[in-house]
Amino acid sequence: MRIVIDNVGKKFKKSKKEETTALEDINFTIHEKEFVVLVGPSGCGKSTLLNIVGGLLSPSSGSIYFEDMEDEKREPTVSIVFQEIALFPWRTVYQNVIYGLEEKKMSKQDQMEKGNYYIDMVGLSEFKHAYPKQLSGGMKQRVGIGRALAVEPDLLLMDEPFSALDAQTRTLMQEELLTIWNRTQLSTLYVTHNIEEAVYLADRVIVLSRHPGRIKEIIPIDLPKMGRGDAQYRAQFDDYAEQIWQLIRQDAVDALKE
Amino acid sequence: MTKKMITNRVAFLDKKVPLYASILGIAGVLIVWEIICSLHIVSPLFLPAPTAIVTTGWDMLLSGEIVKNLVPSLYRIGVGYLIGSVVGIVVGLLLGFSKWADAIGTPIVYSIYPIPKIALLPLFVLWLGIGELSKVTIISLGVFFPVVINTYSGVKNVDPILIKAAVTFGSNHLNVIRKVILPGSLPMIFAGLKLAAGTSLLLLVAAEMIAAQSGIGSMVLHYGNLMITTKLMVGVLVLSLLGLAFNRFLQWVENRLLPWK
Ligand SMILES: Nc1ncnc2c1ncn2[C@@H]1O[C@H](COP(=O)(O)OP(=O)(O)O)[C@@H](O)[C@H]1O
Ligand SMILES: [Mg+2]
Repeated sequence: MRIVIDNVGKKFKKSKKEETTALEDINFTIHEKEFVVLVGPSGCGKSTLLNIVGGLLSPSSGSIYFEDMEDEKREPTVSIVFQEIALFPWRTVYQNVIYGLEEKKMSKQDQMEKGNYYIDMVGLSEFKHAYPKQLSGGMKQRVGIGRALAVEPDLLLMDEPFSALDAQTRTLMQEELLTIWNRTQLSTLYVTHNIEEAVYLADRVIVLSRHPGRIKEIIPIDLPKMGRGDAQYRAQFDDYAEQIWQLIRQDAVDALKE
Repeated sequence: MTKKMITNRVAFLDKKVPLYASILGIAGVLIVWEIICSLHIVSPLFLPAPTAIVTTGWDMLLSGEIVKNLVPSLYRIGVGYLIGSVVGIVVGLLLGFSKWADAIGTPIVYSIYPIPKIALLPLFVLWLGIGELSKVTIISLGVFFPVVINTYSGVKNVDPILIKAAVTFGSNHLNVIRKVILPGSLPMIFAGLKLAAGTSLLLLVAAEMIAAQSGIGSMVLHYGNLMITTKLMVGVLVLSLLGLAFNRFLQWVENRLLPWK
């Protein structure tokens, strides 16, 4: 199975006559069990692309499709971890996590098994019956991750999931995400503007330019998936980060001027 | 060497006031009121003493006069409020969801909204007769507007990202409404319901004063005309207790339905 992003472009109407091109000529493939990270300065169209892939926005041109699914009859499922977290405030942690399972009309028994399994995976067993407002930012986003994992999607989308968190929580959550990812091995498209985060998590990093958002370069990260933060990989890690920074730098400077 | 201490200059912001302060306030007013009356500074015809109101009230309760008037009032406000709020919520949800209903219905709602509803009572009496129907209708109408407008803006204020999340996790349109838009607009709906509680009480009393033989409102007017001020004040006391109970009840329902707030 793979997900193909085929020649996707997106234009937004600025006013009656003017249009802005948010995305242009976007072509890439997410392979099975691959972790792809989209990185680029703010306003380059990362969220736009992710929303198109998630079926929350129509592309102006091009298409997105799944290829070579094992079970041809089944509709592929895509789940999203939102930047805004977007938990349902009137649902407890457990009820949020099983939302997608309810909608799949899964039996109560299965909902409970899956729900508990994924709540445990994101480390929230103690807070199962808490409401979102009782949780810290990091805990809320764990629920968001749990909710997305629980439906066991064919493709997992994450839009700057940790950008609202403080730096320390963020580092811990990145480590935790890697651990979880190793257990689930889901095909993932992850959006961030944080270069270190991209190098830390990605199998491949896709660097986007802005105005219009195009693919500038695709960089495979040739480091072991776990333990990239260790001292022995320090030099290589920094090289990757530097390489990406040089690609983004001018665009980031331009973004500041707007 | 002299020390210059730094003190918290915004300590007044989180100064705690003991609970008895508010009780003291009310008690103070009652005591001063009682003293004024017992010193005969004001004639009891204009201002009966609190103790006199309470004892008269007790007598009226025992004689069954209060219950006799309270029951029809409760019936009118109960039925009127129920119809007004249910219709208000349904119409508000409809206006909020459907672009067509919004375009057609919202201007109508907003143009009728500013009419003081009590001005329509003579019209309703003409149409529906002097009986219960005209009073219940006016109360329903008065309740309908704050509820419909709050429900509508509640629906409009549901965070679109939550709708996106629901759709992402497989919700169809009906479930988006049921599982996201309805619970999401519930806090606003309750704000409307509380607002409407005050309106309904006002309309109840006004309608009973204009066109009724029974009810607390008509009782107040009756004793006003006879200048039996103490009994008039008992009526006012009953109404304020009714308003208080109504508010408490709504608050209780809200706390049960919105534990996540
Ligand atoms: N709904 C919209 N209408 C008009 N322009 C939009 C809309 N959404 C995004 N854009 C524009 O598209 C560009 C990319 O936005 P976005 O995808 O949010 O960037 P990123 O997530 O990389 O910061 C920006 O210039 C933004 O102003
Ligand atoms: Mg974004």
